[in-house]
Amino acid sequence: MLPRIPVMGRPIDPQRALETIDVSLKKQLADVALNAARGKGASYSDVRIGRYLNQFVVTREEKVENIVNTESYGMGVRVIANGSWGFAATDKMDKDSIAKAAELAVAIAKENSRLLTEPVQLAPQTGYGEVSWKAPIEKNGFEVPMKEKVDLLLGVNDAAMKSGANYITSLLFMVNEQKYFASTDGSYIDQDIHRMWPTFFITKIDAATGKFETRNGLSAPMGMGYEYLYARPEDKVQSVTTLYRGRYDMLEDAKAAGAQATEKLTAKSVEPGKYDLILDPSHLWLTIHESTGHSTELDRVLGYEANFAGTSFLTLDKWQSKKFNFGNKLVNIVADKTQVGSLGAVGYDDEGVQCGKWDLIKEGILTNYQVTRDQAHIIGLNASQGCCYADKWSSVQFQRMPNVSLQPGKDKKSVDDLIKGVEKGIYIIGDGSFSIDQQRYNFQFGGQLFYEIKNGKIAGMLKDVAYQSNTQEFWNSCAGIADESDYRLGGSFFDGKGQPEQVSAVSHGSATSRFNGVNVINTARKLG
Amino acid sequence: MPILSKNETQALLKKVLAYSKADECEVNLSGTDGGNIRYARNSVSTSGGISQVSLIVSSAFGKKLGIATINEFDDTSLEKVVRRSEELAQLAPENPEYVSILGPQIYAEPITFVPATAAITPKLRADAVAQSLKVAKDNKGVAAGFLEDSTGFSAMMNSKGLFAYNASTNVNFSITVRTEDSLGSGYATRGYNDVTKLDTKTATQIATEKAIKSATAKAIEPGKYTVILEPAAVAVMLENLFFNLDARQADEGRSFLSKPGGTTRLGEKLVDERVNIYSDPLNPELPTSTWNNDGRPQEKISWIEKGVIKNLTYSRYWAQKKAVKAIPSPDGAIMEGGTKSLDELIKSTKKGILVTRLWYIRTVDPQTLLLTGLTRDGTFYIENGEIKFPIKNFRFNESPVIMLNNLEELGKVERTVSVESNVNYLIPPLKIRDFTFSSLSDAV
Repeated sequence: MLPRIPVMGRPIDPQRALETIDVSLKKQLADVALNAARGKGASYSDVRIGRYLNQFVVTREEKVENIVNTESYGMGVRVIANGSWGFAATDKMDKDSIAKAAELAVAIAKENSRLLTEPVQLAPQTGYGEVSWKAPIEKNGFEVPMKEKVDLLLGVNDAAMKSGANYITSLLFMVNEQKYFASTDGSYIDQDIHRMWPTFFITKIDAATGKFETRNGLSAPMGMGYEYLYARPEDKVQSVTTLYRGRYDMLEDAKAAGAQATEKLTAKSVEPGKYDLILDPSHLWLTIHESTGHSTELDRVLGYEANFAGTSFLTLDKWQSKKFNFGNKLVNIVADKTQVGSLGAVGYDDEGVQCGKWDLIKEGILTNYQVTRDQAHIIGLNASQGCCYADKWSSVQFQRMPNVSLQPGKDKKSVDDLIKGVEKGIYIIGDGSFSIDQQRYNFQFGGQLFYEIKNGKIAGMLKDVAYQSNTQEFWNSCAGIADESDYRLGGSFFDGKGQPEQVSAVSHGSATSRFNGVNVINTARKLG
Repeated sequence: MPILSKNETQALLKKVLAYSKADECEVNLSGTDGGNIRYARNSVSTSGGISQVSLIVSSAFGKKLGIATINEFDDTSLEKVVRRSEELAQLAPENPEYVSILGPQIYAEPITFVPATAAITPKLRADAVAQSLKVAKDNKGVAAGFLEDSTGFSAMMNSKGLFAYNASTNVNFSITVRTEDSLGSGYATRGYNDVTKLDTKTATQIATEKAIKSATAKAIEPGKYTVILEPAAVAVMLENLFFNLDARQADEGRSFLSKPGGTTRLGEKLVDERVNIYSDPLNPELPTSTWNNDGRPQEKISWIEKGVIKNLTYSRYWAQKKAVKAIPSPDGAIMEGGTKSLDELIKSTKKGILVTRLWYIRTVDPQTLLLTGLTRDGTFYIENGEIKFPIKNFRFNESPVIMLNNLEELGKVERTVSVESNVNYLIPPLKIRDFTFSSLSDAV
């Protein structure tokens, strides 16, 4: 589930974001927690020491609205005692407070064990000793002078206003997670993770009619440094508008967006009915996320999310049958926590499991799920797939989605090739409104830009478009996927799940794809 | 650090302000102490406790603002955080929308703190969950639920002499019970400041009954139907209206409240004249803070009266620019109801659909506040005043503005919790005609 409201931490001096915490100190503190938990009777424990740094630079029109640097530093300890999980966290990083948190986690585990139906069963995990992993970024965004960032955003705003926008909010959102994990299995893992999301939101108003239209940036949040903003011609994809792969030209996109928001005001309102859809990766990532990413989460399948995010229609019997047609033969969907530049890429997950890549849907058939250590035995695995994550040091880690991506077509095929074959269709770019049911059957998606396709040609802009479908029906209607040269990532910083709700960042890759006969509705209404 | 009293807070904040050398300085202090327990598959899954205290110092030189935060409270740390905020202010670009801090204000005494809730222990949480689990297991149901409580305080003081303090407690509980064969699912949610009002057993009985009765649902055609929305379903629709009462958005022409020619619908009748929505921090059933985070008093405010938009929310900057009172966003909302119970609303319905809960609500078009989402955990067909059979879930596309124009009846007000925002509301069940369901969902 994707929330609408971003999360914030506590503000700090920008210089502090460049400091790091000595790894030997983190090991000492982690050992205090592990020993305290063991001393109180825990059969297993792990500790995460996290320093989470965010920087937001927010501007609107010609003004800087906000520059915020936040830091959150603390530790969380998770234990198994009497067969039950317990967890406690503290931001007091002295040895006494850490030991007390570990003892509280054991006390909570013991209190809860009386409500247990079966003890936790952890997949075996060999300790890695002292290891580390760093995201392969080229330029740390926190090191870039603030003036450079502000100048970029104000330039973007100016370009959008000059091309027709009435209002624009533009922002840069940078994240650095400095995470240390240690467990009684003998792992001491130090990781440095970076994420970057530049985007903007444009509004164009027709004062005479009182109507307005919006257009958001076509960037993707990425597991990259500031280099994402150093645009290169080879990363541009020329279509009805310029699209971006790996690098983003924010200025160019803002200029196009101002004109497109204006064009939307007078665009034709869509005639509802069945259309063949051509979905750009800047749009399709969200459909993949909601229909495929969430439905293959094993905790949902088992009922752990029943009270909030929901369960899944991909029940274990469908997986066991080895012939459940999630989609048709064109559909290959892969889980991957190693993909360079993706939001979900890490060396090890938040319970100390080295990350990898595996098939979820192979030639249309459901073949696997996403699991953590305490779930692996349920699908007959003797090791976790490394899908455990906590969004803060104060959150309990649990099963979260890896990057889940649609594989490109094997035969050479361009976007033009896909459009050429469509008689009555709509080409959709960018993500818009989104909603899906609690078992991931019925969904509805909007977008940023909609173009009518008539007899193999783009026939002009449409508005008021949303499509509705059912996951299995949709993936079985896939009628073509462009080749690898069109493969691009989309994603979100804010995938929400769990109670208390936690967010996680995840990417979804695809090449432009065609889906036949999808139900399109008209979303225009009148008030009074 | 425990929850600080008003006097302790005042002493600490005075000390912080004494270090200030800026033109203006404002200090916010807040802390929480809370715990939660989560269960699924009739067993506890995760549980935890966390306490945090944080001090935020905002220093301004002219229109240049710097903010710094700390969670250490010795004298050296306090001076350091003030200096850091001042250094950041000197480096910051000038903010043309900066408004000078407020002077002393008069606030009503808040009624948000209940000692019994502040005294919740891990054992009390586990006992409350044990009661819930027993109901589910006795009825061959599979329970998944969440109980979360927090005790908190927040305070602010500034260099113009403003001081505000509020302590509060809160407990939220939600429960989903599914039948063993996964063909039925039911839900209930409760929220209180006072934990002694929480009855996890009765809430679980309601969820269990809905689960059993909702099994073997039939599909009926999507279309326009009369619906009875229970308070939890009304809350997630109407909060999209409450959250969008911002005057600046309306004045700028990019809100459902904007009109052609640059005017707004403020003062106009927008919905049925039986609709009255207000906020009141001193309502005993839904007490909230008596001040907001920039120090403005939270007062009883009417938002919609007899269907007319009476007030909009303002930032201090926008209110100054428009020369109007700067009314802050409220922390909760209250909709007046009628006298009928949910059963009585069903009895007076010839043909209709009872909706327990709505889910994954997102804006489709901000211009009309068109929302989409789905029914969930107990949807039933009503005929001649009786629930006839459970029906499959629907996706809807509907605007809360259109919905409140199609109002048939209002039931008795209840306190409920939004599953989307966790905000508590006092809201009645509503009977609405011509509610638009656009497709069927197989989800249970």
